[in-house]
Amino acid sequence: MTTRRWPDENAGPGAFLRADLALVADLIPEGSRVLDLGCGSGSLLAYLIDHKGCTGTGVDSDHENVIKAMRRGLSIIDLDIEAGLPDFADNTYDTVVMSRTLQAIRQPRRLLEEMGRVGERVIVSVPNFGLWRNRLSVIRGHMPISKDLPHTWYDSPNVRYTTLTDLEAFFAAFGFEIEQRIPLVESWRPLRRGVRFANLLAGSAVYVLRRR
Amino acid sequence: MTSGSTLGPVIGPGVGTVETRQVRLFDASHPLTLASGATLAEVDVAYETYGTLNDSGDNAVFICHALTGDAHAAGLHEGAHKPGWWDNIIGPGRPIDTDHLFVVCANLLGGCQGTTGPASINPATDVSYGIDFPLLQVKDFVTVHRALLAHLGVRQLLAAFGGSLGGMQVLEWALSYPEDMTHAVIIAASSRLTAQNIAFSAVAREAIKRDPGFKAGRYLDEGTNPDYGLSIARMMAHITYLSEEGLAEKFGRRFQDSENPRHGFGADFAVESYLHHQGEAFLGRFDALSYLYLTRVMDYFDPFNGVDENAPGDTFAAVEAAGTKFCVLSFDTDWRFDTGHSRRITHVLERGRLPVTFREIPSVWGHDSFLLPIPAYHDTIRAFLERAREERL
Repeated sequence: MTTRRWPDENAGPGAFLRADLALVADLIPEGSRVLDLGCGSGSLLAYLIDHKGCTGTGVDSDHENVIKAMRRGLSIIDLDIEAGLPDFADNTYDTVVMSRTLQAIRQPRRLLEEMGRVGERVIVSVPNFGLWRNRLSVIRGHMPISKDLPHTWYDSPNVRYTTLTDLEAFFAAFGFEIEQRIPLVESWRPLRRGVRFANLLAGSAVYVLRRR
Repeated sequence: MTSGSTLGPVIGPGVGTVETRQVRLFDASHPLTLASGATLAEVDVAYETYGTLNDSGDNAVFICHALTGDAHAAGLHEGAHKPGWWDNIIGPGRPIDTDHLFVVCANLLGGCQGTTGPASINPATDVSYGIDFPLLQVKDFVTVHRALLAHLGVRQLLAAFGGSLGGMQVLEWALSYPEDMTHAVIIAASSRLTAQNIAFSAVAREAIKRDPGFKAGRYLDEGTNPDYGLSIARMMAHITYLSEEGLAEKFGRRFQDSENPRHGFGADFAVESYLHHQGEAFLGRFDALSYLYLTRVMDYFDPFNGVDENAPGDTFAAVEAAGTKFCVLSFDTDWRFDTGHSRRITHVLERGRLPVTFREIPSVWGHDSFLLPIPAYHDTIRAFLERAREERL
């Protein structure tokens, strides 16, 4: 799978959607109803609405992000997702997306179950602590800092660290089957198809999940 | 002090000198039929407008006022020093920007400030309606608002706007006539009062009804007025409009006149004196029967009655087709209509696949926050309306 460059008109002329978001955009069928958790200023949603005829809602709790997303005409629920998704009824979305946020959630299991309750499909992207360079860093006695895990240990929003192997066991244990797994190298491009040792080579991965 | 206690600057010079106008929208040849089936043979409506209606008649914003508000939302009346009740948000460069928008605010049916209500003369009897005035529903306010817009030549609203009872009107309006507006803003409101909300209003009404001057609702004919009851109703309601934090910040336990308590049952604490003032000031501008009728309208309001809140469904197919976008806002210290009320509105609209933006704004000022220039709140309104305007272009 190759990633095309998707325009992000709202971020200015010549701006492109972040590579991993462009990849997520590719995974969402035309006309879907999408819930984007931790939507930031709404680049992904705006793209999906403008280019793929989707509808949807963003969730974010940062004031500046919410205002920017509103200025783009997006519907935004200002909500701390640690509290679950009580504002959303069962099965009201085709796809629930959460990019690079699961690792910052205190109760990831509860949130994952909530995402499965609200949406038919769940797409998450998660940094991989199991990347060889991260392992090397730990062997040398340091917590890793990389493009996917960019924060010092004392200044990180992340509260959970997982490898892809553990993550997949977690999905299986709580009722999800993996429809698609796309390991990404650190530049957020997909690893070559069929490559082995993804848990060593991927800086992060995107998963398309479905409730069993 | 939390950041929510900081009020932002009020931008620009405001809309200047304004005048409340009055128009007869319903008369004997075209009476108003209420949702209950009762009719009113004559309805006058008091209203104000700010800004200019564009040629296509689609840059209008309708302001629905709260329980005791009136048509005077912005600007100054000739010779007055105190501007309209929502002046901080309406004006050139302000979030509801009159450089681009045509703003309309009308006094409520059943009210007492220029629009037909219980104190008006019943043309059938030539005396005031008093307690014979028919009971109203939120739907009836909407009917009158729509008639006013038709009179003003407004084709479609860019937005309907309202706080508290005003937000309830917007909700009813957007659900009943979604094609009337592209955007709907519902602030510090409720889709269904709780038992506690109803209980507060019930005590307020009892205070009025038990005042010896109430005369079974015939006080206008008898030449009396239930002043004690009305002022007590207002004092109690006022407590519910502020938060504990807001009262503490404003008054604490300060004494009114001295460093030392006087001890006794007079208004010794500053907060008591403030409530007395609020109660007294209310007598000069509000009618007791209007208070009874309008609070009762709120008690019965329940537009989501019969909606299954937990199952997805197409209950709002007409609204979905019209594409009306909703913005629902609450304030974290509001306990009159706490955030749970706004979240229920959000949840039900969301469940019906309608485009909804929801925010809980931090503010120490309780329910009254919707009247104040709180930066996060004004930023949100500005963003929503600027986008609404762009979508129209």
